[in-house]
Amino acid sequence: MRERPIRRGFVREAGLAIAPLLALLAVLPLLYNNQLLLLNAVVFLVLAQGLNLTYGFSGYLPFGYVGFFGAGAYGFALATLHAAAPPLAAVLAGGLAAGLAGLLLAPLLRLQGAYFGLASLAAAEALRHTIANPDLEALTGGPYGVRLDVPYAPRLTYGLALAILGLTMGVVAFLRHSRFGLRLRAARDNPISAATAGIDVVRGRLTVWLVSATAAGLIGAVFAWSAPTFFPDAVFDISFSIFAIVFTLFGGAGTLLGPVIGVAVLYGTYTAIGVSAPQYFQLVYGLLIMALVMFFPDGLAGIRMPWRRRDD
Amino acid sequence: MTDAAPLLEASGVVKRFGGFTALDGVDLTVRRGEIVGLIGPNGSGKTTLINVISGLLPADAGTIRLAGVSLAGLAPHRRCAAGVNRTFQVPKPFASLSVRENLEVAALDGVDIDAVLASVELDAHARRRVGDLNSVSQKLLDLARALVTRPSLLLVDELACGLNPVELDRVAGRLRALAAEGIGLVVVEHLMSFIDSITDRVVVMNAGREIFGGRLRDAVRDAAVVEVFLGAPEPAAA
Repeated sequence: MRERPIRRGFVREAGLAIAPLLALLAVLPLLYNNQLLLLNAVVFLVLAQGLNLTYGFSGYLPFGYVGFFGAGAYGFALATLHAAAPPLAAVLAGGLAAGLAGLLLAPLLRLQGAYFGLASLAAAEALRHTIANPDLEALTGGPYGVRLDVPYAPRLTYGLALAILGLTMGVVAFLRHSRFGLRLRAARDNPISAATAGIDVVRGRLTVWLVSATAAGLIGAVFAWSAPTFFPDAVFDISFSIFAIVFTLFGGAGTLLGPVIGVAVLYGTYTAIGVSAPQYFQLVYGLLIMALVMFFPDGLAGIRMPWRRRDD
Repeated sequence: MTDAAPLLEASGVVKRFGGFTALDGVDLTVRRGEIVGLIGPNGSGKTTLINVISGLLPADAGTIRLAGVSLAGLAPHRRCAAGVNRTFQVPKPFASLSVRENLEVAALDGVDIDAVLASVELDAHARRRVGDLNSVSQKLLDLARALVTRPSLLLVDELACGLNPVELDRVAGRLRALAAEGIGLVVVEHLMSFIDSITDRVVVMNAGREIFGGRLRDAVRDAAVVEVFLGAPEPAAA
């Protein structure tokens, strides 16, 4: 099938949304000196956009999305520990490890809805417990985690994270403005009539699933590089999945800026309240999410402004 | 010339759901440019046959050939590429897409989407979201989506149900025009006047078998067909 990207929309989103966002994130370290917080924000941006790929365009909501993040972190660690790979190559190994995990879990795509979500969660847990198996201590470090000897390079890791973010958002923009993306959305709406209309539903879903897994793996590897001593529980923490899901849904799945808004508002709130009034944190957070689900089920980006055209 | 060879040749098609045999050795032949009516009571296997031919359900036995080529093992999207397409009894549009996008995702290169939309009188709604359309328009959209894939065989599952007389006439004219272009059609329908106005030949099914094949006017005189639709005659009173 010949691909006919609708280039104008893609270029517009890349130029008016992705480039300014990356530029802003690139200069933020000069204005704000909490490097760790900025890197974490970018990590969540990538995870939210990666989840946006699979949920926003194929309808699969993987509660076990963190499994790919952890696979990326451990892919990085194992490549560094056992293959003496230079860090940049190890980051690619992390992406590859997560992509392979995605391929291994591809049969889960036969499941739907909550069954898929739970099965992916179980798979992530299985991966965590495999890596944390004490019998594998020589290979993975087991439950005692890993301590990697990689150069401390905050600028480089932050820049890499931004590059991964740019790539992931580029894929989102491509899916929003290409025939391939339109076909994915058709398959999400109705897989039966999509197949009848000539759409290879399985291939489309698998492609976006693998890209989504690889994105999480790459950012997991960068995360491991920036914090090279970690335990399995830290990189397979279900909170990563939950945050990515909440940020994406809050902002609006299937949109380009929705997940960005979600991370900006919720991660910003999380950080602000977590510092100033931690006792009210859960309350405020819960109320925000409830209000959103009740009044704006399509996310903040789904709110129709009177001046916006409906086909935007 | 291969035009004399049948477009669709289904023979001995069997489909079972557990212990229930929905299709019990069905044969169906359709030539290019022919409209075959498929009729029968509810549950007789008409939609199952369409699902099997379009690849949504695998057959348990039998062969299905399109222009002499077996469709065995082909997924629905491959059958679409081979030239088989269909509409659904309950329309299945892509609800979050606009009317025109519903066709864009399916259209082959070079198909004039706007012309197809105009041919089913949906051109005025091209930019609307499908969810805003009424069910008749959604049925016509189903038909249009099948047409933009340039099918050689079109399976039409209860398109006429719910249409008013004017719309029925238009749809009948449209289906006859498709047949005139050389497309073979199988039309499942309960509305006999509609079937009568467009078909050359009907196949009557009951309980997963063909019980009659021929012209509709002969079908209504066929004892087996009458019994299936109206029940067996009362034994004469003593």
